[in-house]
Amino acid sequence: MFAVTPEPETGLGQWSGPCLAAGAGVRIQGVSAPDRWAPAPLCRAMVVALLAMLVACHDNAGDRPELTWWVFDEPSGAFRAAAANCSERAAGRYTLRVEPLPADADQQREQLVRRLAARDTSIDLIGMDVIWTAEFAAAGWLLPWDAAAATRLAVGHLPITVESIRYGGRAWGAPFTSNAQLLWYRTDRVRSPPTTWDELLGTAEAAGGAGSVQLQGQRYEGLTVFFIALLASAGGAVLDEAVQGVALPEGPTRETLALMRRIATSPAADPSLDVMMEDQTRLAFETGRPWFMLNYPFVWPSALSHAPAVARQMAFAPWPGFDRTRPGRVALGGLNLAIGAYTRHPAVAFEAAECLTSAPHQLLAAVQGGLPPTLEDLYDLAEVRRRLPFADVLRDALHRAVLRPPTPLYHDVSLAISRTLHPMRAIDPQRDVQRLRRAVTRALRSEGLL
Amino acid sequence: MTERGRAERRLGWWLSAPALVAMALVTVYPIAYAFWLSLFRHDLRFPEQRGFVGWANYASVLSSPVWWQALTNTLLITAASVAVELVLGFAMALLMHRATVGRQTVRASILVPYAIITVVAALAWKFAFDPTTGFVNALLGLQQSWLTERWSAFLVIIATEIWKTTPFMALLLLAGLALISEDLIRAARVDGASAWQRLRHVTLPLMKPTIGVAMLFRTLDAVRIFDTVYVQTRGGQNTETLSLVAYDTLIVRLNLGLGSAVAALIFVVVALIAWGFLRSFGVSLEESR
Repeated sequence: MFAVTPEPETGLGQWSGPCLAAGAGVRIQGVSAPDRWAPAPLCRAMVVALLAMLVACHDNAGDRPELTWWVFDEPSGAFRAAAANCSERAAGRYTLRVEPLPADADQQREQLVRRLAARDTSIDLIGMDVIWTAEFAAAGWLLPWDAAAATRLAVGHLPITVESIRYGGRAWGAPFTSNAQLLWYRTDRVRSPPTTWDELLGTAEAAGGAGSVQLQGQRYEGLTVFFIALLASAGGAVLDEAVQGVALPEGPTRETLALMRRIATSPAADPSLDVMMEDQTRLAFETGRPWFMLNYPFVWPSALSHAPAVARQMAFAPWPGFDRTRPGRVALGGLNLAIGAYTRHPAVAFEAAECLTSAPHQLLAAVQGGLPPTLEDLYDLAEVRRRLPFADVLRDALHRAVLRPPTPLYHDVSLAISRTLHPMRAIDPQRDVQRLRRAVTRALRSEGLL
Repeated sequence: MTERGRAERRLGWWLSAPALVAMALVTVYPIAYAFWLSLFRHDLRFPEQRGFVGWANYASVLSSPVWWQALTNTLLITAASVAVELVLGFAMALLMHRATVGRQTVRASILVPYAIITVVAALAWKFAFDPTTGFVNALLGLQQSWLTERWSAFLVIIATEIWKTTPFMALLLLAGLALISEDLIRAARVDGASAWQRLRHVTLPLMKPTIGVAMLFRTLDAVRIFDTVYVQTRGGQNTETLSLVAYDTLIVRLNLGLGSAVAALIFVVVALIAWGFLRSFGVSLEESR
């Protein structure tokens, strides 16, 4: 990369700015020819410092660029294995280093945006939650993929995951993993899984008792996700088609709020619903008392290892809907790979992202880490189906899934929603449609505190 | 003023100039810059939308229920913790003042909580009150999930604050106690004053300026509470404080304009409290003269 020759005379000719200027200054004063290229003391010091820095940066990697991949600390090691694999395949063009981020998505975002806002050049690849695309792209923190790559990447992936990398007509990432909630239930207590909320609540209230329905009611992203999914099932959306203004149509929104209130005030609801998050609902289900749970597929391996007795009676189904004509829809989760705008090695970074998101590495993430792929064909492979027995139901759910509003202000919109609708049992469907519209409008104008 | 006096004053200014310049660089400049930012719409996520908006950010903050809720929460934590700390701190100060045996040991051991990093202390208390890992429920025979309900979460936060900063209060008050001349106490004793009367009518009035300064320092400290709440509830269960609101706006939402307005308003709250203390306690920071 940097070819530094030992003789200062020839080497200096390639250095920029201050050194050439210093040399020029010497020449103007008419100093004899042999001295002309002798570096000024300041310049010499700079050269030495630069050399020292270069040596320090590249002490064992030679001139091979090292790419840093910022991504959550995947516990099974599937990401590190993929990184090592891609580094090896690159045959010296680059090496990949994984920089682990916290498990919590909000904390990942906090660390990343602080660095990106400060133009950190060490951010080459980003393991980007599907909801960050618009925000990061609008802020100028990502490099867009060229049209050819975008077309290439759209092939074979679930359509919703391809949609999740697009903003403003361009692609800003490569789909990597996906995720969606399923309805988990007890086969020993429920003969066939309910397809509507009425059925589900009816069954649970008749025989299940308090805590027999487990879902997320804490004031956080999970509550927003729950609301967005229900609203989509009811036939509404938070933002309009252009993702500019508030949609929240009167009818479906009121229906959604009424259902949320009904769920929260049902005798089958958990008494601590207001503080339940994904992991608390999982723990509750593993005690064996609940009948139903809405949660992501990570609950399956967890039940297998922590509560085998529960796992034996555990089955999955799609989310319930409002009625037979309006089946349940869920919100897309998962991770895309994006390239940081301030990377020093854009060309190889794109190459590395394509390698990491390619079929073998999605397969690795699915089989080793249990992360659902975005490539549709992988759902048919026997080894994936062994690890993810719910593959077909999940793929169907993903075909019906919705995106959380792809606006750069998603974070603010989400806070506005979860603050307005918490606690769920206090929702007043008549009044709160207006409150919700006002809160989301304010958030879209990035007004006020949230 | 005499010629000599003027010259001395000039010399004084020259001698303190380096310190003043340093202060200006590290405090005045950031404060002025934050105030300047607070007059702009400036969101790092929308770099091209930057523009002067005057007092709009302040109007936005002050019309938001989040700000008033956070202010109430902060004042609640402050009032509760400073009140308890004052009483406990005074008791500790008297103990340290009167201790005849193991004086050094008593003083050192009382200071231990203050020496612990706030985040570590907050985590330790969080774990202690946790229903699965903690010992508090077992000790009290309860099944309480402390940090998931508003009032019990406040209780834990305030208890942590008290445990952590009472030593600071005690130390400041001890310094005040040490300044009271023994002769006055002895004279009161000769006049037949009981222990309570000596405390009530001799020690406390003489301690008033010290108590004022100690309370002022602790109040200003408590109003800026951040670490404990961040670690224990992260503002959940409606325990958000002013500093958390500023953090969320500046660091999470990257809204530098709005966040600077929050920070400037926190500064105003702190200044008002300081002014109130100086008025009501007649405290002057130059009291020692």
